[in-house]
Amino acid sequence: MGLALLLLIWLITLASTYFFVAKTWWLPAGASAAAGWIDHQFALTFVIMGIVFLAAQLLLGYIVWRYRESPSSPPVEYSHGNTTLEIVWTVLTAVMFIGLNLMGSNVWASQRFDAAEPGAVQVEVTGMQFAWYFRYPGPDGKYGATSPKLMDPSAGGEAAVGLNTSDPAAKDDVVTGTMYLPVDREVDVSLRAVDVIHSFFVPSLRFKQDTVPGLNIHMHFKPTVIGEYEIACAELCGLGHYKMHGMVHVVSQEDFDKWLAAREAEKQ
Amino acid sequence: MATPASVHAHAPQGFIRRYIFSLDHKVIGLQYFFLALTAVFVGMFLSLLMRIHLIWPTAVLPLIGTIQPETYLSLLTMHGTIMVFFVLTTAPQGGFGNYFLPIQIGAPDMAFPVLNMLSFWTTFVGFVVIICAFFVTGGAPLHGWTGYAPLSALPSAGPGEQLGADLWITSIAIFCIASLMGALNFLTTTLDMRAKGMTLMRMPLTVWSWFITAILGLLAFGVLLSAGILLLMDRNLGTSFYVPLVVVNGVVLGHKGGSPLLWQHLFWFFGHPEVYIAILPGMGVTSQILSTFSRKPIFGYRAMVYAMLSIGFLGFMVWGHHMFMSGMSPYSAFAFSILTMCIGVPSAIKTFNWLGTMYKGRIRFQTPMLYAIGFVSLFVSGGLSGPFLAQPVLDIQLHDTYFVVGHFHLIMGVAAIFGIFAATYYWFPKMFGRMMNETLGKLHFFITLAGTYAIFMPMHYLGMAGQTRRYSQFTEVAYQTKLIPLQTFMTYAAFVTIAAQFIFVINLFWSMFKGPKASDNPWEATTLEWTTATPPPHDNFGGVTPVVNHGPYEYGVPGAARDYVMQTDPATAATH
Repeated sequence: MGLALLLLIWLITLASTYFFVAKTWWLPAGASAAAGWIDHQFALTFVIMGIVFLAAQLLLGYIVWRYRESPSSPPVEYSHGNTTLEIVWTVLTAVMFIGLNLMGSNVWASQRFDAAEPGAVQVEVTGMQFAWYFRYPGPDGKYGATSPKLMDPSAGGEAAVGLNTSDPAAKDDVVTGTMYLPVDREVDVSLRAVDVIHSFFVPSLRFKQDTVPGLNIHMHFKPTVIGEYEIACAELCGLGHYKMHGMVHVVSQEDFDKWLAAREAEKQ
Repeated sequence: MATPASVHAHAPQGFIRRYIFSLDHKVIGLQYFFLALTAVFVGMFLSLLMRIHLIWPTAVLPLIGTIQPETYLSLLTMHGTIMVFFVLTTAPQGGFGNYFLPIQIGAPDMAFPVLNMLSFWTTFVGFVVIICAFFVTGGAPLHGWTGYAPLSALPSAGPGEQLGADLWITSIAIFCIASLMGALNFLTTTLDMRAKGMTLMRMPLTVWSWFITAILGLLAFGVLLSAGILLLMDRNLGTSFYVPLVVVNGVVLGHKGGSPLLWQHLFWFFGHPEVYIAILPGMGVTSQILSTFSRKPIFGYRAMVYAMLSIGFLGFMVWGHHMFMSGMSPYSAFAFSILTMCIGVPSAIKTFNWLGTMYKGRIRFQTPMLYAIGFVSLFVSGGLSGPFLAQPVLDIQLHDTYFVVGHFHLIMGVAAIFGIFAATYYWFPKMFGRMMNETLGKLHFFITLAGTYAIFMPMHYLGMAGQTRRYSQFTEVAYQTKLIPLQTFMTYAAFVTIAAQFIFVINLFWSMFKGPKASDNPWEATTLEWTTATPPPHDNFGGVTPVVNHGPYEYGVPGAARDYVMQTDPATAATH
């Protein structure tokens, strides 16, 4: 019985570890400035936890087999523990866990405590059941006013986010259902939701932030690889949650300018 | 010590007073146990439907028909709620705690038997109310077990958010009231009714775990109760605690100025301690069983007690780690993150001590021991994904993905269930006077351990690949479609694992009536429940008041007549 248990625990442990190490399923390739740092911290955590996982499970399997009761087993050692050992492993795990945590905190701080770089592209992201809308302030660099009373999701586009077209600042606002971003430029996103909580998640850009009704959350990130990336809503928002999907197109600055100009032209 | 006036030497004779509205903590413990057993099969059946829908969305099931995407969300809401409240909170604490806490401390009953009966029947009403949510117009709510506002606060936000959501909140509120009554009873009993010689540091670790769980329950359920009442008011009385100005389907609703994050703070202030409410009794029973079946004293008894106390204490200061992506201040994430990492320390101490207990022991492999070993393995696996999620910077990628689902299922779902199985196989002889079948027990264990790992380990891979949770289909997002084969594997693993649970049920009921008679102390254990008759008499010790002379885990004492010294054995110099 001890041997069967050893084999099962070892088999589970080694099989689980294999798929992690072989990276059969893994993080999607990173395409933003933060991805390198995040993936590095992930890999570090992964190696440390992986070693602990292997050591603990293999030891568990070994101990239950090695110390199974048999007629020849020696009498057990009558011991209530060992204070020195308790202190050693308490200190070691505390140092390991807290140290690991502090290493990752710089990345978090640079992303969330500092404002976006000057000259960042402004985009407003609005989540509603079950679509994403993206608003660009246009040449004037100012978002026009929106009003809840004007919101009409069935009309889509400007009407969906409730754009007040009589506001002069709104004249050049562009609202789209697909997000276009220039590569290697910081993006200053302002995230909103109109009905319930949604979450703007772009796995390849290592970006996620809930959009919350009543809050306007400013975040920033920098895409670094040209390509098309999928957006998946990551906060349960109702029956269409699974299809609240969108696309981010990261293009060259030139293509971005052309795209934005074409949208402005359509508006006139 | 104190004896409540309502404790009689003889059980009442009428069927209703004896088995239905009983004041006997043992009968009430069994009532909780069977309620949880019913609930776990309901919850498991819901998860089966979810797994089927994910892989074969158009399948036509007998009696049920085709599961719609919104029905999938109702299933996951009800699965989570029923499992967390009516299984993981009810069975370990209400069931085994009720039955064995008084006996293990040498008391004739709980401190407040009438309150005890009331807390069970209140829990029962809560269960009936939540089941009703399936059958009202619009069906069960779809907002998930966490019930995030405004989704949970707006009847127009989706199907199931009408009467079904009101019933869901009401059921949870009723459950909170029941748990508060139970917690008071556990605390008073532990503090006031210990037998002579049963000092705090001689209490079995199971008693410590129920005691600490009761403290957590007392502090946490009151907050959830208040939060739930506010949510009901937002839904029905037009208040705006959780709802700002919102526009649903183009309609401007009348709410103004509320904070969706307030619900999350209140919910998780309860919700995080709740995961320890689910797992602490499992830690207690695992410690008890590892020591008994290794024939060795528990390694580091005091360290185990302090570890559980610090887990309970820290458990109240980490709720914000559920909210790194919520829009909460990013500065507070630092504090929540560091404190969360600190919980890893007492958790690691417990694991080291469990390994230390088995090291150089004489391990016996009866079914309770297999489940306790399984608990340790699952606790390690589920615990080690915690330090990923505790780091805000990694949570950016992992939050609300299957990685989280895998993490909490392994540690507070499956590990806690293994604790419940271990307790069932261990105490069954005392509760029912017969032994369970060992062959069926071992078969059940091996399939369940392999099966649950096969279901929940792949969730970590899915989460790393970005698979979002609570999606009823993966066909709308291209990168997620590629992950469907792994999901299919998990569904097949779920079929096998669920089928194996019928081995347990057959063993349970067959053994109840046909199992071989159990002796008073079949495991050669040391704690007080094994000193009394099997099953215990109405007043637990047949008129005798036990006197405790030893610590709870005196195995392999040099010079003793046998390899264990029971807590009530005459005092000797050799033991602690």
